[in-house]
Amino acid sequence: MTELYNLDHLTELEAESIFVMREVAAQFDRPAILFSGGKDSIVVTHLAMKAFAPARIPMPLVHIDTGHNFPETIAFRNNLIQDMGANLIVGSVQDTINQGKVQEETGSNASRNKLQTTTLIDTIEENRFDACVGGARRDEEKSRAKERFFSHRDDFSQWDPKNQRPELWNLFNGMHAPGEHFRVFPLNNWTELDVWNYILKEKIELPSLYFSHERECIRREGQILAMSDFLKLRAGEKPEMMRIRFRTLGDLTITGAFESEADTLEKIIEEVAATRITERGGRMDDKRSSSAMEDRKKDGYF
Amino acid sequence: MSKTTTNGLLRFTTAGSVDDGKSTLIGRLLYDSKSIFEDQLESIKNESTQKGINGPDLSLLTDGLRAEREQGITIDVAYRYFATPRRKFIIADTPGHIQYTRNMVTGASTADLAIILIDARHGLLEQTNRHSFIASLLGLRHLVVCVNKMDLVDYDEARYREIVKEYKSFSSRLDITDITFIPISALLGDNVVDKSNQMNWYEGSTLLHHLEHVHVGSDRNLQDCRFPIQYVVRPQTDEHRDFRGYAGRIASGVFKPGDKILALPSGKESTIKGITLGNEQLERAFPPLSVTMTLEDDIDISRGDMLVRMNNQPDVVNELDARVCWLGEKPLNTSSRFILRHLTNEVQAKVTEILYCIDINTLHRDEENKTVATNDIARIKIKTASPVLTDSYRKNRTTGAFILVDPSTHLTVAAGVVG
Repeated sequence: MTELYNLDHLTELEAESIFVMREVAAQFDRPAILFSGGKDSIVVTHLAMKAFAPARIPMPLVHIDTGHNFPETIAFRNNLIQDMGANLIVGSVQDTINQGKVQEETGSNASRNKLQTTTLIDTIEENRFDACVGGARRDEEKSRAKERFFSHRDDFSQWDPKNQRPELWNLFNGMHAPGEHFRVFPLNNWTELDVWNYILKEKIELPSLYFSHERECIRREGQILAMSDFLKLRAGEKPEMMRIRFRTLGDLTITGAFESEADTLEKIIEEVAATRITERGGRMDDKRSSSAMEDRKKDGYF
Repeated sequence: MSKTTTNGLLRFTTAGSVDDGKSTLIGRLLYDSKSIFEDQLESIKNESTQKGINGPDLSLLTDGLRAEREQGITIDVAYRYFATPRRKFIIADTPGHIQYTRNMVTGASTADLAIILIDARHGLLEQTNRHSFIASLLGLRHLVVCVNKMDLVDYDEARYREIVKEYKSFSSRLDITDITFIPISALLGDNVVDKSNQMNWYEGSTLLHHLEHVHVGSDRNLQDCRFPIQYVVRPQTDEHRDFRGYAGRIASGVFKPGDKILALPSGKESTIKGITLGNEQLERAFPPLSVTMTLEDDIDISRGDMLVRMNNQPDVVNELDARVCWLGEKPLNTSSRFILRHLTNEVQAKVTEILYCIDINTLHRDEENKTVATNDIARIKIKTASPVLTDSYRKNRTTGAFILVDPSTHLTVAAGVVG
């Protein structure tokens, strides 16, 4: 009798995340989902579809396009949007650069990762979004361990870690003044392994980049980076063909690949379960300083 | 790490100060259950070396924000995750000083179990009482009292027994029945994940073993059917022209298609036609599932309403008798108006009376003290502009909980439990 009412933990996490998605739709006038094309935002989108079925999801997907995306990510995004009949809003970092609002970084470590914060804030203001749902998780990075489900941002999109609203039970307080908005994180309580197991359980489609494939890469500072037009080679760096996959999908310039034979979800889960390096360990953007993530979040980063 | 779990999810809270070894205990659980990654370990090893500490300081794993790393204190609530083949764990890690009572309340609000740490050298402190009382106030059914730093009292059984006895005499005044005592050394790992070979006199399980096996499923209320409507799904497409689905999370009880239901506050009756989760039809829905229900009749229901059973209804009230933890920076002002957020409903509210404050160290009622300041716990009366559908918190942790929001600052200023 009681066994009937035992739930595995993925079902419990799903129920919590669906609750959060519906709370967003109910409490905000102009919510949006921040869609990066990575597995976490794909899972958020999947949860949104489940939350509002059989209706379409009542909010647009927003993609901040750095112009340095993997072509596979863009193709995947376009297919998904078409299948779900959702609205897509694209914020372009190239436009922000063309408008002279930000300067392109130079040097061999240049990336557009930091620049996209300005584009994101502009896109939020232009569309008057009052809630942006993202796929970030508390287990990703230590400054995220204290993140709320409903995370308040002031008129300048800034996050103040010392002045967060206490969040009790499942009572989310989304009240805000005009111009302020919330970042909402339905996957807060998920770990990387939970996300992968859920993708397997729900048979969710992912960009091919997550699976083992042949690609031309270089090695730099202990990392493997994919060759692209945006990568400036340093002296002595030689592209070579490798069998790799990606663990996260950021920009081409900063997302480290690693050598892997895992070409199915089951093999990826085996690999993730056995891996001893955190997911963000492969991202150059976090390596700039030990508080790199906290600093970017205060500025309005994802 | 595992791919699946057999005992589902356990949410627990730990409260304590740096001196109790709380951060070290959590670090130990993560470390010994192999939930710490190489790059994290590398990073804390570097920081430890810089500070001149030998070996990795496990407490650095749980000190997240820059201000805390600099000051060496823990503010706010941090959430930690680890899993074993049996269970996934969510730790709400909260600081224990009196000025952080609100963080302890926040951490306990979503927990099934609390770990109370006692330094074997010092025995019960005010802080111990405070944590225990908050766990009891927030309706936790399970406590684990870890008598820590046993290595510093030579693993002395008599000392351990003395503390257990002292704690039992205190806890008889609390509303918690399942209390487990474990002698440990978080620093050296005794009885945390692996059984200690220094304390053969202790025959109970290790902390991790206990956490993996403690049964919390029966804490769920499966008797009183409460389905707060969160969102009305209306596709308005050709395929689903007349579809009206009531979306929400089951607060308590078991719902099945065919069940007769009553919609509150309207009092209209109908029958459940179907229950879905995404595109999947469910035979039954129970907490904490998020589902969508359709009804046989077209009745007017919106967010904030509740579906219940005719013979088992919540209280429909305009006045609440409640205990609150004050979270706001300024003291409670009885002439202010508040927004009371309860389930999926929000109503205007005012505090009509402050009955007494509770001294959380002694548990005494202070009827003279009518000033409710930050971190205070008080019994108050609240009047709402329209009815709310509540149960006593003791009976139902979902329908008996609420928060107060200050409409001028939009800040959450109080956490409350009904009854």
